Amino acid sequence: MPIFNIVIAGVGGQGVLMASKVLAESALAGGLDVKQNEVHGMAQRGGSVISFVRMGEKVASPVVMPGTADLLISFEPLEALRYLHYLKPGGRLVYNQVSINPSTVAAGLAVYPDDVEEQIAAACDNALGVDALAIAREAGNGKAVNMVMVGTVLKDLPVTEEVITEVVKQVSKEKGVEVNLRALAGGAAA
Amino acid sequence: MKKIISGNEAIALGFTDGGGVFASGYPGTPSTETLEEVARLGEVYCEWAANEKVALEAAIGGSIAGGRSLATMKHVGVNVAADPLMTLTYTGVNAGLILMVADDPGMHSSQNEQDSRHYARFAKIPMLDPADSQDAYDMVRTAFEISEQFDTPVMLRTTTRISHAKGVVVPREKITPQVGEWVKDVPKYVMLPNFGKIKHVEVEARLLKLQEYAETTPLNRVEMGDTELGIITSGVSYQHVREAFPNASVLKLGLVHPLPERKIREFAGSVKRLMVVEEMDAIFEEQIRAMGIAVEIGKNRLPLCGEINADLIRAALGDPVAEAAAPVEGLPQRPPVFCPSCAHRGLFTILSKLKTFVSGDIGCYTLGALPPMGAMHSVIDMGASISAAHGMARVNAIAGRDEKPVAVIGDSTFFHSGMTGLLSLAFNGGNALVIIMDNRATGMTGGQENPGTGKTLQGNPTRQVDMVPLVKALGIDNVVELNTYDLAATEAAIRKGLETPGPYVLIDRNPCVLRYKIRKPAMTVDQDKCTGCRACLKVACMALGLTASGEKPKVQVDPNVCNGCGVCRQMCKFDAMHEIEGENNANL
Repeated sequence: MPIFNIVIAGVGGQGVLMASKVLAESALAGGLDVKQNEVHGMAQRGGSVISFVRMGEKVASPVVMPGTADLLISFEPLEALRYLHYLKPGGRLVYNQVSINPSTVAAGLAVYPDDVEEQIAAACDNALGVDALAIAREAGNGKAVNMVMVGTVLKDLPVTEEVITEVVKQVSKEKGVEVNLRALAGGAAA
Repeated sequence: MKKIISGNEAIALGFTDGGGVFASGYPGTPSTETLEEVARLGEVYCEWAANEKVALEAAIGGSIAGGRSLATMKHVGVNVAADPLMTLTYTGVNAGLILMVADDPGMHSSQNEQDSRHYARFAKIPMLDPADSQDAYDMVRTAFEISEQFDTPVMLRTTTRISHAKGVVVPREKITPQVGEWVKDVPKYVMLPNFGKIKHVEVEARLLKLQEYAETTPLNRVEMGDTELGIITSGVSYQHVREAFPNASVLKLGLVHPLPERKIREFAGSVKRLMVVEEMDAIFEEQIRAMGIAVEIGKNRLPLCGEINADLIRAALGDPVAEAAAPVEGLPQRPPVFCPSCAHRGLFTILSKLKTFVSGDIGCYTLGALPPMGAMHSVIDMGASISAAHGMARVNAIAGRDEKPVAVIGDSTFFHSGMTGLLSLAFNGGNALVIIMDNRATGMTGGQENPGTGKTLQGNPTRQVDMVPLVKALGIDNVVELNTYDLAATEAAIRKGLETPGPYVLIDRNPCVLRYKIRKPAMTVDQDKCTGCRACLKVACMALGLTASGEKPKVQVDPNVCNGCGVCRQMCKFDAMHEIEGENNANL
């Protein structure tokens, strides 16, 4: 089986790393080799965050090359556009339609483009936008956006839904299990 | 049991499983999680030191007393620890001693991009360079064995893509930690010149023995494949090589200093074209060329700056790389910012307004240099804010300029190496305004404990240093507390400090909102009162934004992001902002 490359993008504080952990643990539980890698540190809050998850029989490099991602999951529309070049031709993009202002926009130094979704649609014919915040709130907590986003790609992954659901149960805090499972299901139905 | 862990976590587990007894370090991305994981595992004593020099010195003490010891730091930390390191290389060890250093190619979170392999050559000690989490785990144990067998400290080097990349690790059988004898051995541990001279000879002899070891150790592994192309590499570059050329012959160096000359010669002779792939400096390549071996492809085709990846390696050989669309241009940047309601925001709003020269330091507050604040004008290394400001003030005085510089420094950085700068400032009758942002956290690296937080790395309560008497004891008479959430008071305090001749210290004691999980009711904007003047936007808060385009867009607050500090409200001349009663921020 060829290596399955996933890029997850978002804004520091949104739970990108937790989503990456669920995907990586699911790969291991599904009998695959896996490497996961992200850049953090200075980008702890409010900065652009990008994480790679690679799964397959044997994975060497922890880095996904531009033009090779099977799947791009973005927690924010502008970040989807920023990392779109990681997708391989025909690759799948799922993104959260709820935008978050970069500090440069908040300070009035830059303008958040008002045609991000149109640009995405023009550049990628395999894209799906979801209102992950609304789905997360419906599931019981606005913070569960990350589990909604995992839910949206359940059927795209080389691991079974049963394995992923089990991993979500294991990595969730006790209080959050039910909410996270509802968020996962909500994402899958989107 | 198999688990997915980062390189840092693997080193921590390797240390805990490998008979480790004592660990000390100073937080620094990408090394930080190593000691945090040792603490979380809860089996071995570990601590944060005030700085890297202290951490290494403590680990040396641990080794002399007979316990396997570890010091952790990032690459720039080794500059701080270089002093004890260069003598440690002479004394050698008692129980095994590892210096873990995390390099940051690509400068994801660092002020420079130095290659720590130079330090291993400089110090004439062995260095191991793991290629993934399993390697990192295994190499801790091997490093202890080498350390004890050859009586030498061992450097264990990682890079960001090893430290922070997660991979599968199968742990080995655990070694029960044992503390050996605490030996009194004056010629070994007292580096007086007469003993040092003998030791230098031993260091050179040890290096020759290590060279022999390098020839036979499985750490240096040949993977023969297609003999058209042979690649010598190490660390994460090995993974990129395997990705780019799965069939090539590879000499994977696990022990990267000293190099195995015979093995390299034999490998080079068995392939048609020799390529050396290494991130940052041409350390292997230069040594291999000095052996008289021709390197066809190396730094002539690969960059000295930034990270290596599989595409760069393929491109260096002229092979096609995956076609990717060009990144979309012209998008707004999304730099990291002060957290909503961070105490630094008020300070930099005022410093930006006053347009005074700000000598900065390493920490969250370094973000004050970015637009729209732009209120930090030099950042050199940990602790340099105060000492550099002193030098500036002296030269300003010589030049007849009366501008007094401001130095901004955090609590952890102050304890790291700001204290000595302040002592020197006081001693030399300097003229600078020093602002200590004491938020009781090592914020930038994730809020680690320090001598001002009242807790140790392992969560035990401890003495909490009191900043005001400490600063006074260093020789500063003018020490004034500051509340940076109050903009008018902050401006007045800074003006007073700038007008008063001589050293002047302001201390803000508002805690880190992220570390201490501080929640306040969110703000809202009365759209009828807002004139769209944008004065509030100068505070650079993620929670603020302009309403959808119109003739004159107005400001609105995202209640999911706002944490109600009220700094923006103080910028508003039209009284348009107020708290949302009874509502708490859910998203911080």
